[in-house]
Amino acid sequence: MAGKPKLHYFNGRGRMESIRWLLASAGVEFEEKFIGTPEDLDKLKNDGSLMFQQVPMVEIDGMKLVQTRAILNYIATKYNLYGKDIKERALIDMYTEGMADLNEMIMVLPLCPPDQKDAKITLIRERTTDRYLPVFEKVLKSHGQDYLVGNKLSRADIHLVELLYYVEELDSSLLANFPLLKVISLTAFRREGSHFPPEVLTVGLRSHHCADLLGPGTPSRVSF
Amino acid sequence: MAAKPKLHYPNGRGRMGSVRWVLAAAGVEFDEEFLETKEQLQKLQDGNHLLFQQVPMVEIDGMKLVQTRSILHYVADKHHLFGRDLKERTLTDMYVEGTLDLLELIIMHPFLKPEDQQKEVVNMAQKAIIRYFPVFEKVLRDHGQRFLLGNQLSLADIILLQTILALEEKIPNILSAFPHLQEFTVKISNIPTIKKFLEPGSKKKPPLDDIYVRTVYNIFMP
Repeated sequence: MAGKPKLHYFNGRGRMESIRWLLASAGVEFEEKFIGTPEDLDKLKNDGSLMFQQVPMVEIDGMKLVQTRAILNYIATKYNLYGKDIKERALIDMYTEGMADLNEMIMVLPLCPPDQKDAKITLIRERTTDRYLPVFEKVLKSHGQDYLVGNKLSRADIHLVELLYYVEELDSSLLANFPLLKVISLTAFRREGSHFPPEVLTVGLRSHHCADLLGPGTPSRVSF
Repeated sequence: MAAKPKLHYPNGRGRMGSVRWVLAAAGVEFDEEFLETKEQLQKLQDGNHLLFQQVPMVEIDGMKLVQTRSILHYVADKHHLFGRDLKERTLTDMYVEGTLDLLELIIMHPFLKPEDQQKEVVNMAQKAIIRYFPVFEKVLRDHGQRFLLGNQLSLADIILLQTILALEEKIPNILSAFPHLQEFTVKISNIPTIKKFLEPGSKKKPPLDDIYVRTVYNIFMP
């Protein structure tokens, strides 16, 4: 258990980024082994390191974890970022899954054929301001606390800050009607000062790459 | 909380399929309110019953749970279907997430264009045989026990069985190269609560068909 976690992925955000955010927010230093060529990926596949032949994969505590959600769940549990009981976990899960749906739409945008891009961006804007951000603004307003669940920092807050970062990148005006969301993004990190020195926030924050990010077999989901 | 859980979804498998499976496997009786029209969906949305304006939604223990994985986790946790410790929980998570990726292909299949559907069946079969089944076959072979985690039923077994049976409907001999999975399928199907769920008249829904597809389009498309 002495070694740092080691992240195996392409040198880009993709599906590893939320894991980087969560580890960084928990104050956990980690190493990264970037997959740069098809041979790199083949090597991982051939030595049996990837349960379903896919990345992300994180070597942590003697395990080779795959599947983004499984990895995030493990880290969140280990570092007490998953609420105090089953009901708080349910709330955190619901918020997290909603955020993941919006995050997915933003993440796959670069893969969108040029003639569909405008429509996709319009849909993302709509979902952001009409479906997702109002929920989190309302939650914060309803209890008046700084954190989404249980008056304590959880993975839900960290995923939200990450999501707001991407929303701002897309179009900062989307946040205009959500004053509390702006506050949470500052408070979460200022309060937990010892865990989040400013430079830690820049870990893993890199510009989007294109189609090679997501790898083969990524399901594309229609959202109803 | 004495009341039975209440499931809100169209009358078909879709994303609620796994939830029905887990509840049934855990021996939990539940009620269903089937969505048939856009107006019904609107009513749920306008009444603030759906956190993200979407179904599945399950009323359970005073909560209105949405997001398939949140619902599955809650039920699994409550009914001790996540193993004994964090490591087993994490194994369960990995197995479930992999299987759900495969199940997703099955869920989306009826909504593909007819000309793409046959190709997708081939894709599903390949993914199952090359990527997913070998993993679970090996797990079962290596420890020689009944369940994926060993001697304890978990969410992973339930979701895997659901997926295997759904695939067998389209590709009857899909398990032909996997003797341990064949044995697994028989053993898990014979667990009393699951056996009951597999009998006619249960809440398990038939394979998705054109009527279901049309219903879904009518409800959800603007």
